Amino acid sequence: MRLDWEIAKRGWRRYAAYPWATAAGVFTNTVFGFLQAYILLAIYRHRTNVGGFDAGDAVTYVWLAQSMIMTVYIFNWQELALRVRDGSIATDLARPLDPQRYWLAFDLGRAPYHLIFRGILPFVLGAVVFELHYPSPLDAVAFLVSLALAVVVSFGIRFLYNSAAFWLLDFRGVMTLTITIVLFFSGMAIPLRFFPHWLRELAYALPFASIIQTPVDVWLGKRTGLELLGIVALQAFWALALLACGHVVLRRGTRKLVIQGG
Amino acid sequence: MVEPVLLWRRLVGAQIRSQLQYRTSLALDFVGAGLISFVDFLAVLVIFHNVPRLNTWSVHEVAFLYALSAIAFALTDMVMGHLDLFPQLVRTGNFDIVLVRPRGTLLQIFGSDFAVRRFAKAVQGGAVLVYAVSGLEVHWTIPRVLFLLLSIPTGMVIFGSIWVVGSCLAFWTTDGGEFTNAFTYGGNFMAQYPIDVYSAWLRRFLAYIVPLAFVCYFPALFILGKPDPLGLPRVVEVLSPVVAVIAATVSGLAWRFAVRHYRSAGG
Repeated sequence: MRLDWEIAKRGWRRYAAYPWATAAGVFTNTVFGFLQAYILLAIYRHRTNVGGFDAGDAVTYVWLAQSMIMTVYIFNWQELALRVRDGSIATDLARPLDPQRYWLAFDLGRAPYHLIFRGILPFVLGAVVFELHYPSPLDAVAFLVSLALAVVVSFGIRFLYNSAAFWLLDFRGVMTLTITIVLFFSGMAIPLRFFPHWLRELAYALPFASIIQTPVDVWLGKRTGLELLGIVALQAFWALALLACGHVVLRRGTRKLVIQGG
Repeated sequence: MVEPVLLWRRLVGAQIRSQLQYRTSLALDFVGAGLISFVDFLAVLVIFHNVPRLNTWSVHEVAFLYALSAIAFALTDMVMGHLDLFPQLVRTGNFDIVLVRPRGTLLQIFGSDFAVRRFAKAVQGGAVLVYAVSGLEVHWTIPRVLFLLLSIPTGMVIFGSIWVVGSCLAFWTTDGGEFTNAFTYGGNFMAQYPIDVYSAWLRRFLAYIVPLAFVCYFPALFILGKPDPLGLPRVVEVLSPVVAVIAATVSGLAWRFAVRHYRSAGG
C-alpha cells in the first residue's frame, strides 16, 4: 500500500513538472470545448431532445468530456512500450514489482493532477459562457467513483496496446488504431446518445463507453437507482477484465521478450 | 526563389526514401491515418443522422466544407511538417543548429518532418469531396472550377500561416508544444463546419483574426452558389487569395520577430 502511494506520488510529479504543457492543454481543451458546444447547439435548433439529452445536457457533456480528456488520458500513452523498445523493461522485470501494478499506481497518481489542473479550468470557463447542468450530491459522488473507474478502464486499454510492443517492432499502428476506436466509441468525438439506435446499443456494450459516456451520464443524472448501480458495476467489470487481460498478456509477453536495444 | 524549393525537395526526398524502406509499416500507418481522419467524418454523419440540416447547411454541403478542410490540412501537414517537433527543438536548445546553417530557418523546419502517411487524409478528403459533389447540384462554371482548384493552395497558405504564428509561442514557453494542437487540429476542426453555427464573437474571430473562414466557408459559398447565411457582401467570397497573402506576410513577420528576439536555452 505504502509502495503504491509512493509510486502514485511519482506519477503526479512526472506531469506536474511541466506546467506549460498543462497550460497549453487547458487552452486546447477550451478551444475545442467552444467549437463542439456550438456545433451541438446547432443541432438543437431543430430538435429539443436527442437520445435523452436536451441542449443543456449536450453542452454540459461537451465541457465535461473536454475536462476529462486528459484525466482519462485518451491520447498516446507509450511509457511501457518505449521501455520494451529500448530494453529497459529487462531491469523492470528483474525487480520484485509487477510492472502492471507499478504503472497502474503511477497512473492513479497522475489522474488527480490532470483532473485538478487540466479539468477544472476549462469546465469553469464553459460554465461561465454556457448554462450547464449540475449533479445532485448523490450523483456527484457517483460521478467521482465513475470517473475513477473510467481512469482504470482507460489504463487497462492503454496497457494492452502498449503490450503489443512485446510482439511488434512497430506498435504505433496498434496504438493509433486503438485510439481511433476509443475516440469514437467512448463518445469523445460525439456523444453516444447521438448515434443511430443499433450503433448506440453496440457502443454501450463495449468497454470504451465506460471512459467518457458513462461518467457523464452519471453526472447528468441520466441513470438512477438500480440503473446507476448497474452502469457503475459494468465499469468495474470492464476495469477488472481489462486488468486481468493485461496481466495475462504481460506474462506471455515477457516470455516472448525481444529486446530491441541496450 | 527556386533554390529553397530545390533544397526542400532534397530534404523531403531523403525522408520519403527512408520511409519507403519499411513498406509494411508505411502501409499500416497510411491506413491508420486514413481511419483516424475518417472518424472525424463519421462524427459529421452522426450529426446528420439526427437533423436534416445544420442551420442552412445540408450533409453534402458540410461534407464539401469538410473535404476542403481535410485536403488543405493534409497537404499543409505534408509540405510544412506538423511543426510539433519544433517546440522540442527550442526546448533542447537545438534550434541554434538551425540558426547557424546558411539557409532560412522556416525552410529547414518545413523540410524536416515529412511523413508520407499524412497523404492518407488528403485521399480520404478527396473521397468525401466526391461524395459531397455527387449529392449537390452545382452549376459548374469555369470560374468556379478554377476557384475550387485555387482553394487548395490558398487554404494551405492560410493554415500554414496560422501554424507558424502558433509555433512562435514555442519560443517563449518551455513546454508549450501542445499549444500548436489548438491551432493545427483546432483550426482543421473549426474550418470543417459552417461558421454560422458559431456565436457572433467566435465567427468574427474566425473571419477576421484567425482567418479560417477563408479556407473553406467563403470559397464554398462561391463554388456552390449558396447565398451567405450571414448576409455579407458577395465579394467577400472570393477574397481568400488576398487573405492568404496577408496571412503569409503577417506570419513571416511574426516569425522573423520571434527569431530575432530568441535567446537560446543553450545546448
